[in-house]
Amino acid sequence: MPATKTIKIVGRRTINAVWRIGMAARFFFLTLLYSGSSFRRFHLIIKELFSTGVMSLIIIIVAGLFVGMVLGLQGYETLKRYGSESALGVMVALGLVRELGPVVAALLFASRAGSAMTAEIGLMKATEQISAMEMMAVNPIARIVAPRFWAGVISMPLLAALFSAVGVFGGYFVGVVQIGVDEGSFWSQMQAAVDFREDILNGVIKSFVFGTAVTVIALFEGYDAPPTAEGVSGATTRTVVTSSLVILMLDFVLTAIMFRGN
Amino acid sequence: MERTTLDFWVGIFVVAGVAALVMLAMKVGNLGTYNMSDTYQVHAYFSNIGGLKPKASIKSAGVLVGRVTDITLDTERYEANVVMSLDKRYKFPKDTFANILTSGLLGEQYIGLMPGGDSEMVKNGDVMKHTQSAIVLEDMISKFIYNKAEEPAKSK
Repeated sequence: MPATKTIKIVGRRTINAVWRIGMAARFFFLTLLYSGSSFRRFHLIIKELFSTGVMSLIIIIVAGLFVGMVLGLQGYETLKRYGSESALGVMVALGLVRELGPVVAALLFASRAGSAMTAEIGLMKATEQISAMEMMAVNPIARIVAPRFWAGVISMPLLAALFSAVGVFGGYFVGVVQIGVDEGSFWSQMQAAVDFREDILNGVIKSFVFGTAVTVIALFEGYDAPPTAEGVSGATTRTVVTSSLVILMLDFVLTAIMFRGN
Repeated sequence: MERTTLDFWVGIFVVAGVAALVMLAMKVGNLGTYNMSDTYQVHAYFSNIGGLKPKASIKSAGVLVGRVTDITLDTERYEANVVMSLDKRYKFPKDTFANILTSGLLGEQYIGLMPGGDSEMVKNGDVMKHTQSAIVLEDMISKFIYNKAEEPAKSK
């Protein structure tokens, strides 16, 4: 019967999905549990901060600059119709600080650093380095996973802040330097409209949540990958797809909670 | 890579990130512009506040002197009770006028303070007695139209 077969497939997929979510949650709690020892050996975190944070700097800065410049151009074209070009700074700054900074930086982070994490850990598993560590009574979660997790969580808000700051300057460059919007009203209206707690701090909280989600997904996919070349490549793809979707969904939820009152 | 170069680059990364945050807070946000550390509260009753919102600015002679902190409806007088936080550096006479004004034709609304001539100054918790409500554009237009409609009838 083809109908029962389809239902069986749906059932198996659902059970697998729930199983994996449960495993990921257990993995997350184990990571938190064993992260004390990685703080005592802080150079492990610093090494991972280099490969996740410092190596992502260039892509974040270039992307932020161009996103800010596009916002400046498009915002000017729209605001010009209502004769309120002086509100360009407000539009660029609020768009970047609230939404684009955290979200786009997290998407770039997922594809730049998350995929690398998954591939690295998946290959470690495929070449049996993780089993070797277990044989030597070294806890692989404390030694490999936890430093990478904390490096991701620390670097994500910093990268998002850099993205927003560079983006504001991109908007400033296009709007004020090239098009000729008044510089005073660009900055003063921005400062009057952007609230530190309401906008900037909420953006930082967003990027912190995204950073946690992306690193947990990337590390879990790597740790859970089948130890073959195919398995590692599949896990890397899944990391990018899943974390991008999770970022966008979490963004909607967080925005609904944070900015509903305004 | 050597440990010290690694430390160096990570240090640069963290410093740049924190500097970006500080720049966002100071230059983009409102943290650097106005510090509301020492304030005193003054109440004012308005029959209509129009589009006034909490955090709206309070200006005297165009200078920012405080912020609106709270707006509630007083059910005894059915008027809006606006709590204003004014900077301690600025004292105002008791008969100061509080007007709800609009910056530009369609801009946001703020409270303008017009000092009177009283020698006594308002203190924390006082009520400003002289207020002028917001000008609602629809009321003005409808008044204008009614006046225009009445004019020819009177002239006959």
